[in-house]
Amino acid sequence: MAIAEATTAGRGTPQPRRRRRRRPARGPRTPYLLITPSVLLMLGFLVYPVAGVFYYSLQRYNITKPWDNGFAGLGNFRDMLGDDLFWQSLGFSAEWVAATVGFQLVLGLALALLVNETFVGRALARALVFSPWAISGVLTTSIWILLYSPTTGFTPYLADLGLVEHGSSPLSDTGSVFPAAVLTELWRGVPFFAILLLADLQSIPKDLYEAASVDGATRLRRFWHITLPHLKDAIILATLLRAVWEFNNVDLLYTLTGGGPAHQTTTLPLYVAQKATVAHEFGYGSALTTAAFLILLFFSILYLRLSKFGGERS
Amino acid sequence: MSRRPTMTLDDERAAGAPAASPADGGPDEPARRRPARRGRRGGAGGPRKWEIYLPLGLYLAFTLIPFYWMLLYAFRPAGRTGFLPWPLTFEHFSTVWNSVGFGVYFQNSLKVGVVALITTTVIALAGGYALARYRFRGRTLFLVAMLCTQFIPGAMMLIPLFEIFRELQLVNSLWSLVIAETVFQLPLSLILISGFVRNVPVELEEAAWVDGCSRLRGFLTVVLPLLRPGLVAVGSFAFIHSWNNFLFALMFLSEQEKYTVPVGLNYMIGEYGADFGALAAGGVVAALPVVLVFAVIQRYLVQGLSAGAVKG
Repeated sequence: MAIAEATTAGRGTPQPRRRRRRRPARGPRTPYLLITPSVLLMLGFLVYPVAGVFYYSLQRYNITKPWDNGFAGLGNFRDMLGDDLFWQSLGFSAEWVAATVGFQLVLGLALALLVNETFVGRALARALVFSPWAISGVLTTSIWILLYSPTTGFTPYLADLGLVEHGSSPLSDTGSVFPAAVLTELWRGVPFFAILLLADLQSIPKDLYEAASVDGATRLRRFWHITLPHLKDAIILATLLRAVWEFNNVDLLYTLTGGGPAHQTTTLPLYVAQKATVAHEFGYGSALTTAAFLILLFFSILYLRLSKFGGERS
Repeated sequence: MSRRPTMTLDDERAAGAPAASPADGGPDEPARRRPARRGRRGGAGGPRKWEIYLPLGLYLAFTLIPFYWMLLYAFRPAGRTGFLPWPLTFEHFSTVWNSVGFGVYFQNSLKVGVVALITTTVIALAGGYALARYRFRGRTLFLVAMLCTQFIPGAMMLIPLFEIFRELQLVNSLWSLVIAETVFQLPLSLILISGFVRNVPVELEEAAWVDGCSRLRGFLTVVLPLLRPGLVAVGSFAFIHSWNNFLFALMFLSEQEKYTVPVGLNYMIGEYGADFGALAAGGVVAALPVVLVFAVIQRYLVQGLSAGAVKG
């Protein structure tokens, strides 16, 4: 209903003209009218704010300390270079992205291959293994908090077996917090890879495999010479999208570990989010954001270059 | 491009299979079918049954045990132990819904989700149609800009968006979330929809024009009905995304009556020595809508995401 209404509204102006001409000409105005709402929204709430970040990064700006606001030049960036937490969070971001994306790729590919086979109950199995895809970071945290808590989770059982101490939690121990957070992220992240790769798996012509079988190729060889080359672009793209996403992903760590213990699991965007939501240091936060954005851009371009994305086909 | 015939065939077969198996005593049937196929593949064949079901079972355990744990704590009376939620209780739900305020949060999330769904789908439909059916100056620029937005981190937008909403007097208003959600969902939705429109043969529309339909009428009567599955998928993505959004809600909403479900959950997680039964019940409340939506769209998911992310 609403869709019909709005398309009418969006297209209201050119319509009379169309009526007269009967056969719609590829008039110059219609497409622009159609994309106007998208363009306006994106200019106002994406482009302008991005420009805002660059602007604020050069300002001293804290809404709780209005008397101290003003132009800072590159002061924020100078502070940043001397900020141990910045470097620490940058290092952890790299570890976090490498660990989560690496495991998600391997497990996601395995899962996609698995549910691409023909077997009884496949539709149900797909729905179930993909289901965490729709679960938010905060909800993931509230589920896994139950599993990790010393009173409600599995640690009491492990403690009974003498594997860990009673009353401990994987999240409070500096040695186990990283694997615990990665495991949690894998729980909801693997389905994304599996879904993307499954779509591409299904586009591989079946007769390629049959021809290879006739030639006596083993399953491993077929995987190596048919499946993997075919999936190459999808893997590169999914990995990049996911790496960007994991780098930017704040919800899970914010709620699960809060960046702790002792800032050990603070990624750069999490550090930014904390500066913004708790400390209200908008100027310094914007400088951090600018740095994060440039780093992300640099590595994305580098990655696409190195992986020769789309090279063989285009 | 996005809708592959193989997918549809596979799905039908897969959907038919589980229904058929319990009737004839399960495992015999596939066992009879499989050797025949392996023979055709010349001995190098597909995997054996245990090679599928063993890893699948392990992975399913990893996926489902956390869900079960949440249900267990949500439905089991406080102070009980054991692996069954027995006797079944709804006390945690009434705590969460009434005392914690999830009744209000749920309504807020629902409002934001539904409005964001509608705005995103409608605006993306207009733009997607333009991209699919017209060649115009700036089209490529528009498309590239859209893809670039995928790299803009949400956390990066917190500060400047907060400033903008403060100037628009929208801080503490659910509209700030609707706008932010729509903007962030728009690029992907638009690219997805333009793919779906391109799948509708332009000849169908031309036939309608020949019959005297305007472009708009042709679109409404011919194209729109064919786009329905695609629009369901896009709308569902938008709804799930908006339902799940945490960071914007945390930043833009400060009054408790405006909180959305993720923000409410966050404050429950934050209270240490928390009421785990209530936390689990809150989790169930938060999960329910997305799980329902997921159940509806999971068939389109594989095609939809690939059309947007890989082919886009």
